[in-house]
Amino acid sequence: MVKEADIVRTSLADEDADELRHYYYQMLLLRRFEERTGEMYVKAKIGGYCHLNLGEEATIVGLMAALKPEDYIFTNYRDHGYVLARGTPPGPIMAELFGKETGVSGGRGGSMHLFDAERHFMGGYAIVGGQVPLAVGAAYALRYQEKPGVVVAQMGDATTNIGAFYESLNLAKLWKCPVLFFIVNNGYGMGTSVAMGSSEPDLWKKGASFRIHGEQIDGTDVLAVRDACRRLRDYAEREADPVILDMVSFRFRGHSVIDSDRYRNPEFVRKGRQEHDPVRNFATLLHEHAIIDDAWLKATADQVEHEIQEAIDFANASSDPKIEELYQFMYATEVANTPGPEDAIAAVKINRGEV
Amino acid sequence: MPIITYRQALNDTLGEELKRDPNVLLMGEEIGVFQGSYRITEGLLQEYGPKRVVDTPIAEEGFVGVAIGAAMLGLRPVVEIMTINFILVAIDQVVNHASKIHYMFGGQVRVPLVIRTPSGGTGQLGATHSQSFENWFAYCPGLKVVAPATPYDAKGLLRAAIRDDDPVMFIESLALYDTKGDVPEDDDFVVPIGVAEVKRTGTDVTVISYSRMTAVAMQVAQRMANEGISVEVVDLRSLRPLDRPTIIASVKKTNRAVVIAEDWYSYGVTAEIAATIQEEAFDYLDAPVQRVAGIETPLPYAKDLSAASKPSAHSLIYAIRKVME
Ligand SMILES: Cc1ncc(C[n+]2csc(CCOP(=O)(O)OP(=O)(O)O)c2C)c(N)n1
Ligand SMILES: [Mg+2]
Repeated sequence: MVKEADIVRTSLADEDADELRHYYYQMLLLRRFEERTGEMYVKAKIGGYCHLNLGEEATIVGLMAALKPEDYIFTNYRDHGYVLARGTPPGPIMAELFGKETGVSGGRGGSMHLFDAERHFMGGYAIVGGQVPLAVGAAYALRYQEKPGVVVAQMGDATTNIGAFYESLNLAKLWKCPVLFFIVNNGYGMGTSVAMGSSEPDLWKKGASFRIHGEQIDGTDVLAVRDACRRLRDYAEREADPVILDMVSFRFRGHSVIDSDRYRNPEFVRKGRQEHDPVRNFATLLHEHAIIDDAWLKATADQVEHEIQEAIDFANASSDPKIEELYQFMYATEVANTPGPEDAIAAVKINRGEV
Repeated sequence: MPIITYRQALNDTLGEELKRDPNVLLMGEEIGVFQGSYRITEGLLQEYGPKRVVDTPIAEEGFVGVAIGAAMLGLRPVVEIMTINFILVAIDQVVNHASKIHYMFGGQVRVPLVIRTPSGGTGQLGATHSQSFENWFAYCPGLKVVAPATPYDAKGLLRAAIRDDDPVMFIESLALYDTKGDVPEDDDFVVPIGVAEVKRTGTDVTVISYSRMTAVAMQVAQRMANEGISVEVVDLRSLRPLDRPTIIASVKKTNRAVVIAEDWYSYGVTAEIAATIQEEAFDYLDAPVQRVAGIETPLPYAKDLSAASKPSAHSLIYAIRKVME
């Protein structure tokens, strides 16, 4: 985990100032998007389970800075930031959280199931570990079709304890699949700490018996994340070989917006947020190097607020998915004896007591 | 039309589809070097090579998931699960992933995947190796589930399944692999998914069945004809979507129905069909619908006990006599 001293030591000599400012802007966008999402949940604009990326902004923005357009990304349900940082506009993301037809998944998915085919964001998945073999399969298809690119299999620390993870490691290595097994190590799976759940708490070592190289990286340092991802992404693509990245960060709040986080000592959480805030630490760094000033910070904050308010307005103004489209997307290839719009209308009317 | 076995029909179709479309590939345990546990993929590795015919380790959850992910990027994997019993360790990938991805992500991506697997039991394969789980998958919206009874349907449905852009569970039967029948040679012959077939017309009673039980029903129908009972056999062919109109039309004509399936009695396929009939043809029934299904125990190994636990021609005849009373 990053300490103040490390930050000051970080060299910015070879960095492009505009790019650095863009990272900060993106991280702030994620931060504020999630904070506003939490507010919208309390206002009951958003239902179901909803997991925020607070504390993971550098992990996400650093990863996206390293990826190329041809790469694919599969994540878990804690997915808002990934889609945002990949370039999907905030409006359709917020609209999906609101369950609107303008949402990125047409209101069929919700917070945990965002998707953007155009940007190769291949979905948020809500069954722990389920996305991991899918990502290996996508990498398998890239190799099969002799296309460039790598595939990110994002998951949480606790997901490294499920069987699908190990079968995926084995198959990815065996079949030469360019996969970044991207572990967002926020220290907890719900209330279970890494040490409580994993007999090997150094998660980057978990590929050892599959001959998969692993590294631990400070997931709160956007430049460290970006550099590690670039290096390992290029390695994975060039050698057609999977790698493990163990991205350590600090989870700012409870597991989901409805988790009151009673199992963590409040003092521990306060200190964690103080010391491991990737957004504030990066602002401090840029400030110290005179890359930004207070006026720029203020203008950027205003810009971010404005964009997110626009996204909320867009979501509020959007319509619910239509009843007659309930069975739409059931099948990609139409076959006989499947229900259609009239069946949907008839069934819903009965369920709503309208007949 | 040439007469070939059910096994040959499957083998031919897999080969033809590999040849037709470079994105089609086969994956599964022992399908290549070993030539298939039941020889369905015999000779295909030799002909198409290891890129197209992929031997997998014993990791059903992993390789089914890999196949789904590969399908999302445009490949058309045809996965063999050695028998349906082993799919339980991959059921999360089938039910929580394959069946949901097209719908849940608003139609943005397709999953053109086929999972082939034999279901049911013959011989003394015992409790863990003789089960029928097609109803578990037929229960799940988003999947298509087909279960051919003849070489003709095996070929036509497998081709339809491979060319379909949705995940299809293709249910086979060990006991049918050596059965023979006519199969057209036409390259574009397909049997449509979601459409049942009246395999034999009759006037006194409708027997509704699929897969191996259709073969049993056809034999029984012949026997009953000698006794002067005219049996109509409706072969479902697809369990999802279910062709309710064909079932109902037949029952409205004969006014009597027997449903037979190899799975366990309670909560099985026969329950769904019987419920459909009482909902849509109650006034046409001259007798309660009879159900014939497996005895509800873990299947015992002992030879006689094992055979006696499965539905048979005897139990079907008994049920037909009962509805005819
Ligand atoms: C197979 C399965 N078991 C349990 C759950 C419930 N669950 C959802 S998230 C979670 C914790 C996962 O923690 P981690 O992998 O560290 O990811 P994080 O939430 O910290 O991002 C659990 C147990 C689930 N969704 N799927
Ligand atoms: Mg975690």
